[in-house]
Amino acid sequence: MSMMYVAPEQQMKDRADFARKGIARGRSVVVVRHDEGICFVAENRSQSLHKISEIYDRIGFAAVGRYNEFENLRIAGIRHADLRGYSYDRQDVTGRGLANAYAQLLGTIFSAGGEKPYEVEIVVAELGAEPEQDEIYRLTYDGSVVDESRFAVMGGQTEAISRTISDGFAEGMGLADAVRLAVRGLESAHGEDTTLGVESLEVAVLDRSRPQPRKFRRIPRAQLSELLAATPETADPSEQTDS
Amino acid sequence: MASDAGLPPEFLRAGSSSFTEFLGAVRPELLPRHSDHDLSHLAPHGTTIVAATFDGGVVMAGDRRATMGNMIAQRDIQKVYPADEYSLVGIAGAAGIAVEMVRLFRVELEHYEKVEGAPLSLDGKANRLAGMIRQNLPMAMQGLAVLPLFAGWDQGTGQGRIISYDATGGRYEETSFHSVGSGSVFARGALKKLYRPDLTADQAAMAVVQALYDAADDDSATGGPDLTRKIFPIVMVASADGVDQFEESEISTMMDQLIAGRMQRPDGPEADLR
Repeated sequence: MSMMYVAPEQQMKDRADFARKGIARGRSVVVVRHDEGICFVAENRSQSLHKISEIYDRIGFAAVGRYNEFENLRIAGIRHADLRGYSYDRQDVTGRGLANAYAQLLGTIFSAGGEKPYEVEIVVAELGAEPEQDEIYRLTYDGSVVDESRFAVMGGQTEAISRTISDGFAEGMGLADAVRLAVRGLESAHGEDTTLGVESLEVAVLDRSRPQPRKFRRIPRAQLSELLAATPETADPSEQTDS
Repeated sequence: MASDAGLPPEFLRAGSSSFTEFLGAVRPELLPRHSDHDLSHLAPHGTTIVAATFDGGVVMAGDRRATMGNMIAQRDIQKVYPADEYSLVGIAGAAGIAVEMVRLFRVELEHYEKVEGAPLSLDGKANRLAGMIRQNLPMAMQGLAVLPLFAGWDQGTGQGRIISYDATGGRYEETSFHSVGSGSVFARGALKKLYRPDLTADQAAMAVVQALYDAADDDSATGGPDLTRKIFPIVMVASADGVDQFEESEISTMMDQLIAGRMQRPDGPEADLR
């Protein structure tokens, strides 16, 4: 079989299209800053296959795309953080360092001819001592890094979700408001009149008020329904239906 | 430093959830090293750790003294640490190696929990620590033994448990209470008379602090309460609510009661003669 010449521009474009398509097929994840920390909200029906995870004391991870690929990245990130924290000190583990490591890895894989690009998009978020110091890095399949100031959206239909969240975002809002806003954003990807129930959501926070050094905390379903119940649109969480 | 340059291939390789094994594969020089001479004179020694269970958890306390021969190397060393959010580890023996072992042990437990998405069982944690002590055997033969005491809240069975070790990594479940270190003989003797299974957390804390006082009374390497510098034992508790440390003010109040009692009776609380 003869090899056909493909211009490098075309090659890159093909690879990007391939990765983007894979990512857009998946359900979305939203990461939003609020006054007590950073919350991660994913549309995820599985209780055990997480899209959101703890990396280190103040660093959280969220991903969309192919599970095996982002799970691999997640474990590599935990190894990176634990190794650095053990060989230097816990305070020397930073979100920026981890985001850089991921960026290099994803960039190398994307441009290497032999491998297929990773079909993933990830967020590395680090909780600062004060809300102004919170950092949210969004990394795409090709290794580019976006430093998001207020929130990050990944997955399919990101434009609709971003619009909803951008419209509703208020500096200094509390956890309940942030979670409700994120859920509203995820719902907007499904069109009008869709309500996501607690059983289709995975929610975790980096919580500044947590006294322990490890600030990452998953929000169990019971507590999540309480948070969602206060919303004016859905008076009773038990009436919510799985879409 | 290798980890500065992106994520090397070994970070992406499939492997176990053990941080120690990962460290051994990528940065073996960071694991504690071995050499051939008697080194016991080089390092300060930590002394007495006491633990006792109560209905709803387990308390652990350690004095604050580290010694090098007849010298007091440190007056305010910390020898009781949270291993994770439900377990405690107290260290007796070569202080430098013990502190490093605890540091590695803590990362080991956290690493497993993060990678697997669920914490190890209490027995799993205890076995990991046994493995680390066994790896330290060559050092122990050169006089640098580390003998931790491990205690924690077992979320499976809903009780506080205490596990002790020997230098070869042997692991032993202790019932009710236990003590390790140079003053342990005296501390255990005291606890025998003070311990009751129906103690509350506060009473159990008082019992272990009394036992430490008795250890310091008879063992020169165990530090008693330092009233002038306000250096008191560290007391931690593990229960269903997780690990918590008794605040300095609480310990200070307990010490005032203890010392007021000892002013009347220097040998401490009297046990019934029956």
